[in-house]
Amino acid sequence: MAVNEAPRANGVDAPLAGSGFARVSAAYWAVGFILLIMPVFAGNFWLFQIFGWSFCLGIIALSLMFLAGYGGMVSLVQMTVAALAGYAVAILGTSGVQQISLGMPWWLYIPLAIIIAAVFATLVGALAVRTEGIYTIMITLAIASAFFYFTRQNYDIFNGYNGFNFVVPPRLFGVDWRQPTAFYYLSLGMAVLCYLAVLYVARSPFGLALQGVRDNPRRMAAMGFNVTAHRIAAYAFSGVIAAIGGILLVWQNTQVAPFTAGIPAVIDILIIAVIGGLRRPIGPFVGAFIYVLLSTFSPDVLSSFGLSTERFKLLVGLGFLAVVFFSPDGALGLWDRWRERQRKNLDPLTGQPRTAGTA
Amino acid sequence: MNWTKRSLLGLAGAFALSWGLSAPAAAQQQPPIRIGILVALEGAFAAGGRDAVRNVELALRQVNHTVAGRRIETIVAPTDTRPDTAVRQARKLIEQDRVDFIIGPLSGSEGIAIRDYAKTIPDRTIINGISGALEMTWVDPAPNVFRFNLDGAQWGSGLGTYVVRNKGWRRIATVSADYSFGYTNFLGFAVDFCRAGGTIVQRFWVPLGAADFGGVIAQLPDNVDAIYLGMGGTDAINFLNQWQQAGAGTRLIGGTIMADQTVLSARGRAKDALIGTPTSGPLAEDNPDPAWQNYVRLYREAFPANERFNSPSLFGVGYFIATSAAIAGLNAVNGDLSDGQRRFNAALSSLKLATPLGEVSLNENRQATGTVFVNEVAEGPGGTLVNRMVARVDGVNQTLGMTAEQFRAMGLPSRTNPDCRALGGG
Amino acid sequence: MTEFTRRHPLWSLIIVVLVALLLWLILAPWTPGVEAVLGRKRVFLNAIFGGLTLGALYFLVASGFTLIFGLMRNVNLAHGSLYLLGGYIGYVVSNVTGEWWITLPVVFIVVALLGLLLQHQVFRRMEGQELRQTMVTIGLSVVLADLMLWVWGGQSYTLQTPQWLTGPATLPIVVGTDRSGNPVYMRFPQVRIAILVMAIIIGVGMWLVLNRTRLGMLIRAGVDDREMLTASGVRIHHVFLAVFGFGAGLAGIAGVVGGTFQSLAPGEDTRFLLASLVVVIVGGMGSIPGAALGALIIGLVEQIGLVYAPTYSVVFTFLIMALVLAFRPQGLMGSRR
Repeated sequence: MAVNEAPRANGVDAPLAGSGFARVSAAYWAVGFILLIMPVFAGNFWLFQIFGWSFCLGIIALSLMFLAGYGGMVSLVQMTVAALAGYAVAILGTSGVQQISLGMPWWLYIPLAIIIAAVFATLVGALAVRTEGIYTIMITLAIASAFFYFTRQNYDIFNGYNGFNFVVPPRLFGVDWRQPTAFYYLSLGMAVLCYLAVLYVARSPFGLALQGVRDNPRRMAAMGFNVTAHRIAAYAFSGVIAAIGGILLVWQNTQVAPFTAGIPAVIDILIIAVIGGLRRPIGPFVGAFIYVLLSTFSPDVLSSFGLSTERFKLLVGLGFLAVVFFSPDGALGLWDRWRERQRKNLDPLTGQPRTAGTA
Repeated sequence: MNWTKRSLLGLAGAFALSWGLSAPAAAQQQPPIRIGILVALEGAFAAGGRDAVRNVELALRQVNHTVAGRRIETIVAPTDTRPDTAVRQARKLIEQDRVDFIIGPLSGSEGIAIRDYAKTIPDRTIINGISGALEMTWVDPAPNVFRFNLDGAQWGSGLGTYVVRNKGWRRIATVSADYSFGYTNFLGFAVDFCRAGGTIVQRFWVPLGAADFGGVIAQLPDNVDAIYLGMGGTDAINFLNQWQQAGAGTRLIGGTIMADQTVLSARGRAKDALIGTPTSGPLAEDNPDPAWQNYVRLYREAFPANERFNSPSLFGVGYFIATSAAIAGLNAVNGDLSDGQRRFNAALSSLKLATPLGEVSLNENRQATGTVFVNEVAEGPGGTLVNRMVARVDGVNQTLGMTAEQFRAMGLPSRTNPDCRALGGG
Repeated sequence: MTEFTRRHPLWSLIIVVLVALLLWLILAPWTPGVEAVLGRKRVFLNAIFGGLTLGALYFLVASGFTLIFGLMRNVNLAHGSLYLLGGYIGYVVSNVTGEWWITLPVVFIVVALLGLLLQHQVFRRMEGQELRQTMVTIGLSVVLADLMLWVWGGQSYTLQTPQWLTGPATLPIVVGTDRSGNPVYMRFPQVRIAILVMAIIIGVGMWLVLNRTRLGMLIRAGVDDREMLTASGVRIHHVFLAVFGFGAGLAGIAGVVGGTFQSLAPGEDTRFLLASLVVVIVGGMGSIPGAALGALIIGLVEQIGLVYAPTYSVVFTFLIMALVLAFRPQGLMGSRR
């Protein structure tokens, strides 16, 4: 299967190594602390637009990472699942298109949206697990295209080309969740929740069996595991994660339209997950952050160097090409290799940096 | 690592630069007015978007980048015509670049998304670039969104009367693109055509990007005076190509983007099927009006020939007028944008703006009333195709001459709207 | 064929009945009852014939894709870019020479060379790593798309058809009667007939090469068992290069054909990549007859859908694909692995 070829020295299996608070490395505590106090020093734009958006995309890419990293199934349908959840929120809840939106209360439409998206993901999974490797990529790409065209043509439910505008989060507990700080904490909280859920599931018996299915489906089948059921269940779980990301994304954008899950958007999620690295759940968030920074500021950077902003796509394409060509495991892989090199530079006996003479 | 590091360094550079920009500004007596330009620079409309940026520059040069003693700075935010990108970039302009107001966006669905975004920033102003979506200023319009160009339905108005009265074409079939602009532009034409006594025998809606129209062409009825085509870009070229290959039957009538620069500048002979086809839209390249001629001369003098179109594009004119409106509004309030821009908004609402396309005024929805031009495609020098102006209709308003109640009762543009018979046609 | 009828008597009967029904629909004059269901005969026949020619175009694009995949397990998601590039080069060549037919060999050679370069420089380095290949070819298609936008701009291009192929031909099929009772014959664009003929010639040629030549034997052996073929001393990489070059060249030729009866513009690359994916999934990955069948089905469904149910016509192809996947995941003509 597709992902298996990557060497897995300290890769996906890493979560097995430790558990409990004591094992969490200092770096994570530091990052967590910085993220918590971010609103003190970051402006609204950074909170809402950069971090908020990164968390939304990161959650959706995380659902892909779960399928690809632990299940060995590269699915391009995750953005579609997310967009469907967003559509469900717009249709069942409130939006600018009053003749379609049903105006249900939030405690009804949010769970319903997640359930609808998860059911859809499960159905897609049931179809996609009949195939393997590259076929899965193509089939999910085709399903994503079908969804895009269907929503673009259907005016009775999906409001066609224009989609839904003015889809805003409900006012809960007296907080306007679209305010930058509130949305920042909402998306941060959801991202942490999804991240922990993926870690937890990966260590659960189900997750371990899934990784077994990824590595050797025949042996797992011989041991009495239902391979197909495990894979479909993985799709269902990843569907829930993608749905959460999708709902947040729609609230952040205030709108959902066919282009939300158009082919470029679908490919973008794959690019995010790959750039970050498909081997650890933190990878998609790193990838999303890089992607958001690039797409927000690269026109400014290009023009500040006196280059034309038109060739922005070319630069992004070349950068992406360089990453996949030279570092198949993404930015985290680069980090790992850098650390590895640093470690080699330490003396194995004393732990001190080697002096120039001994090296 | 290198790649990432370098781009991060670049980012840091960009921040430093934007800080640097604001530092000397603070030293001046009056802070500059910052205008965000929201424009599509990627995808199908990229060339038009660049023309829009040129025209903003052109309009600002006329006042030497200064209004009421305050300097004007512009920040361009590129989009890819997707509504979510438009909202994102608009938010970047407002929150990060701290612009005073925005000129833009360029395309229809962007316009609708920006209308709803505008409601969340009530103390900033948005002056539409060239988005033609009817809904932008008709359905729940935002009080701080102003549109000085006509919408897609208005662009279609006037053509119907022309083909019935001047050409005597009364029975037509229509083939239009199956999305919001297709409906809107068709509605403008059909309302006018049906009120003039025309009959629409059959309507075909073709999905965007359906590249093979052989089956549709075979379906077109023989016993009609003309076929109305409401497509644009590649779809238009594909249709015309296959229309010729199938032996090009009857005469054609074009929607606003059926014979625009995108189609007329396409390479190959497919577009030749358009010769003699009447279309309607917001401008005529050979408009003899001195205001237009003067503007075209300014445009040609301002930019070298290889960096501009021969004549300003639809997108360019739209952004030029929007920028002129902004300048006029700022002059009227003497550069005062305080009090949540209330005075500025009031000044914009009551403008009687002299534009290259004639005088434009806004109605209670802050939507322009102005002139529609009817053009016919003709052969130009060297095998090129050009649009020749054959008629103009002044004072076309948002409700196409109906009362607001009548227009609202008719319903929004859709596959089945308008009902030709209810309007007096057949 | 005889084996098929022996093994699936019921299916054979259904196919024979369907073919007979189709022939009757094409040749016989329609009764009012039939017209009430299917509309005018001219419309129906045009949809069928249009579907055939569209299928011919899809076959040209998809056969290269399926051949490359079948032999090398290479997933070339930049296949659509090769199509578009071929079309643009064809436009330049036909503008310079003024001859449509010259463009075909020139484009074939240029795009085939690019294909060789891709295989030699990119795919050989990551053999067997499907995900990486997918990623790299996605990256390549983004880069190529922007380069083509840079060179040829955003406007549409159409290639000029040769003089003797412009306009419609009259086919000896009666589609109705005019007011005075004379029969009206069907008219159909000549260029589409030429494209159909060309696709059939190329398809038959490919079948002959695959089944009657030494190279074809090597390719088929490679498709079935690559390791065994390598072990028996064949320089498999030369075979790979040949096949990749040929498949890429075919995509380029398809670009010329597509640019002639449709048009070329940014975005067409993605459209034809998706079409190829659907065609080979429906037909069966790696099978040339499968590509032909898949292309035929998809072409017909698109055209008939556009005539009888235009709103959702773009969705139908994907529905067919989902149906095939649900009931026959290896594709209609694909072999079980």
